[in-house]
Amino acid sequence: MTKTVNQKAWLFVLPVLILVAFNAFIPLMTVVNYSVQETFGDNTFFWAGLMWFEDVLHSPRFHDALLRQLTFTFTILAIEIPLGVAIALTMPRRGVWVPVCLVTMALPLLIPWNVVGAIWNIFALPDIGLLGQVLNGLGFDYNFTRQPGAAWFTLIAMDVWHWTSLVVLLAYAGLVSIPDAFYQAAKIDGASGWAIFRYIQLPKMKRVLTIAVLLRFMDSFNIYTEPFVLTGGGPGNSTTLLSIDLVKVALGQFDLGPAAAMSLIYFLIVLLLSWVFYTLMMRNEDS
Amino acid sequence: MATITLSALRHSYEPDPSRDEDWALKRLDVAWQDGGAYALLGPSGCGKTTLLNIISGLVRPTEGRVLFDGRDVTDRPPDQRHIAQVFQFPVIYDTMTVRQNLAFPLRNRGVDAATIRDRVEEIAAMLELTDRLDRRAKGLTADGKQKISLGRGLVRDDVNVIMFDEPLTVIDPHLKWQLRSKLKELHQRVGRTMIYVTHDQTEALTFADQVVVMNMGQVVQVGTPVDLFERPRHTFVGHFIGSPGMNVLPCEGLDGRHALVGGHAVAVANPDPGAPARHMEVGVRPEFVAFAEPGEAGGLPVAVTRVRDAGRYRIADTRLNGTVPITVLVDEDTPIPAEDARLVFHPDHTRLYADGWMVGAQPGGAA
Amino acid sequence: MSLEVRGVTKRVDGETHIHPTDLTLEPGAFNVLLGTTGAGKTTLMQIMAGLERPTAGTVWFGGTDVTGVAVQTRNVSLVHQQFINYPNLTVFENIASPLRVARRPKAEIRDRVERMAALMKLTPMLGRRPAALSGGQQQRCAMARALVKDASLVLLDEPLANLDFKLREELRDELPRLFADRDCVVVYATTEPTEALLLGGTTATLFEGRVAQVGPTGTVYRQPDTLTSAQVFSEPPMNTAAVTKRGETFEMSDGTTWTAPEAARGLPDGAYVFGIRPHHVTPHPTGAHPVALDGLVLLTELSGSDTVVHFRHGEGEAAETWVSQAHGIHALRVGQVARLHMDVAQGLFFDRAGARIAA
Repeated sequence: MTKTVNQKAWLFVLPVLILVAFNAFIPLMTVVNYSVQETFGDNTFFWAGLMWFEDVLHSPRFHDALLRQLTFTFTILAIEIPLGVAIALTMPRRGVWVPVCLVTMALPLLIPWNVVGAIWNIFALPDIGLLGQVLNGLGFDYNFTRQPGAAWFTLIAMDVWHWTSLVVLLAYAGLVSIPDAFYQAAKIDGASGWAIFRYIQLPKMKRVLTIAVLLRFMDSFNIYTEPFVLTGGGPGNSTTLLSIDLVKVALGQFDLGPAAAMSLIYFLIVLLLSWVFYTLMMRNEDS
Repeated sequence: MATITLSALRHSYEPDPSRDEDWALKRLDVAWQDGGAYALLGPSGCGKTTLLNIISGLVRPTEGRVLFDGRDVTDRPPDQRHIAQVFQFPVIYDTMTVRQNLAFPLRNRGVDAATIRDRVEEIAAMLELTDRLDRRAKGLTADGKQKISLGRGLVRDDVNVIMFDEPLTVIDPHLKWQLRSKLKELHQRVGRTMIYVTHDQTEALTFADQVVVMNMGQVVQVGTPVDLFERPRHTFVGHFIGSPGMNVLPCEGLDGRHALVGGHAVAVANPDPGAPARHMEVGVRPEFVAFAEPGEAGGLPVAVTRVRDAGRYRIADTRLNGTVPITVLVDEDTPIPAEDARLVFHPDHTRLYADGWMVGAQPGGAA
Repeated sequence: MSLEVRGVTKRVDGETHIHPTDLTLEPGAFNVLLGTTGAGKTTLMQIMAGLERPTAGTVWFGGTDVTGVAVQTRNVSLVHQQFINYPNLTVFENIASPLRVARRPKAEIRDRVERMAALMKLTPMLGRRPAALSGGQQQRCAMARALVKDASLVLLDEPLANLDFKLREELRDELPRLFADRDCVVVYATTEPTEALLLGGTTATLFEGRVAQVGPTGTVYRQPDTLTSAQVFSEPPMNTAAVTKRGETFEMSDGTTWTAPEAARGLPDGAYVFGIRPHHVTPHPTGAHPVALDGLVLLTELSGSDTVVHFRHGEGEAAETWVSQAHGIHALRVGQVARLHMDVAQGLFFDRAGARIAA
């Protein structure tokens, strides 16, 4: 089957193409341009070759930020994906409670990121915040502005609170699309609850979970606003993730060349890891 | 393996059924023999899926009991009833091989590995799946997948009944007869009770020894394919089974042995005991109506309004008194009279119906 | 106004979907395209509608070249196998939609929709949405929408395929009446020989992108030009056997012989392919020249008023699956050895290349 070729269709797509060119392609090329040149801020540029890339790749500061970033990302993935699936499994599949659950789940997603950061900042303050007071009241020595461990705990708790809902909603969509016949057949085959999860629910959720993992991976790798508002990267550099470090280099120190090189490396890492995830999860997905 | 008895069964989806139409399933008493092949046949919304779900335990009947071999299982959930079911759309475990799929019900029941292997290979051979045992089940065609669904029921030896819910819906038309043939063969070989639910008469009559015809929540006839064709107990059965369906003509009683159709006497096979006057009809299949020979006396004078060529026969639409339509099936080489067309009904296959039910037969389930 | 397809071919990615085809379709009776799935019926219809452009060739309507003229600018109706309705419009608005597009006056729309609804037995459902209708009603709604606008070309692509058989029977009965007094070209694609026969008119048998034969439906059925055309027009499939004629006798490869029926006496001696439709192979002898065939019953299919028996005839390598079809219920058991009878006077003879040899 072929479709009728309609030349007019290109005209309709053109505005989008122009828009994409302006907000994605052109900025990207600008970054590439910066990454191979040196400037002293007077609008004169010198060819620098791959110098900035070498600098960034050999910089301990970059290594540390990248390590923190990877730790953060894999921790939240390891918590949010299983937690999201578990919550989705407990949600009702039909009845009056469905919309109530869905709306409740969607609420954290509706809050702007900087507000989430501010909420958690106040919530976790050791002297006046609810979380801080409760933890200290329980005998924990908790102060996220002073202790790196506490800062990490708060950062991860905030991300889990903010983003698990997305995994829940995606997993739920996958679950409700499983026809009843599968559950009936599994019951007839004498399958246990675990076997039903392992052999029916999980395989049927595979596609949406792949999407959830990819979205959460990319988002968490690019996370900036919430940790910036919450901890500002501190105490010290303990929660300085890649994006925060990048902004410090680019805007704090105005080192455009290294910042540009760093962005490109950053971008390539996200691209590479996304591809690895996708291929791993879609392996065996023949036909 | 079991005898299935449905005793005084009624079901309603309404919380408080009062009117007749509140009942999705009207009162039903059926006893099905161990090892029989049965079909539930009826148009969509007739209650056959409700009945299937009651037998499998997914729906608890409002009234009545379900007995397997005399044991009351009405309150038991599906997994305790020892049933197997093949669904409309193939249900297979995507991540498993064919072998793992077939072994799954046995593994869940803790059967030892050696027994599982023997049993799976035996059933795979029966279903002609041996050469595909170690392939991913997901890659099989629709008929292969349906065989796996069936196989998961066959590997178990504790199965009371195997149920089929429109199992050939997704099968390619030209492959259907082969799967039908396989099902028949398997039924003869394993001797399990099987219940086949469908809206398609060919599926039902081909598979089953006894067909339960349902309409509007009621069993209208339980019978062999020959019974349903030659002795429909209800005008609905006459209409629903056979193509074209039975002619149902309004009539008046005459002397018990005859009825008056449009003012003409017609002999009927079932004498009218003269019960109180109700809505009376005569039913005769188009196969059992013929045009009278030119010299032959009698018959119902009709006008032929249309003749359609169906290849091996022709379908003649006629009208009696300009109003009552009567369909006639005419052989390929039998002439259709151009004028003075008169119809004669085969007296052995012409029956009297009162309020839809064949006169002389009791309404209800029993055959 | 007739529709003419001249030398139309369709190739997609080097694969030929339609081989050079010429067809002339006339108004006043059904033009049936009969063929299995993949024979090219849908592609041909889309070319006729202007939804697809042929790789070569032209389409003419009423003497005008309409090849590649967009479907929007032509007066064409198309009904698909799937019931396609606007889900958020009522049945009334669904049927009215083509008239609204054509900006007909309100009173006329109401009048025409109501008449069409009455014809399609949809009057009580006019206020409902398609989701609240049964499958048959949804398809009748889709058909009503296609027919309400007096199109000059109506294309029906297996419109009854997804319906229950009783509904199919009913609509098949009504359809010819619907078009009886309309001046439009009606093209009807189907995979079912019985449907083609009951709709009458003209039939073109299609096989693998080629038209095998065109003619009045009854003629194409009874006097197929080729074995292919005969097979397309036979369901259950036509039985075939290699036979040799020597003088007055025919011999099948398994040794079964029979005396040539009168009509086949004139054939020259030699090898033929003998084709016989399933309804001439029956459990009881019928016709003038019954010849017995023993076979192992593979399956007896009962369709209510019909019995179709699949059986294996012949030994070992030479064994072939045969099909018998008879009226009434004949309960032959699976695995039973049965004697069936073919009325050889009803058989057809084809040469090695598949062309029918009329004696």
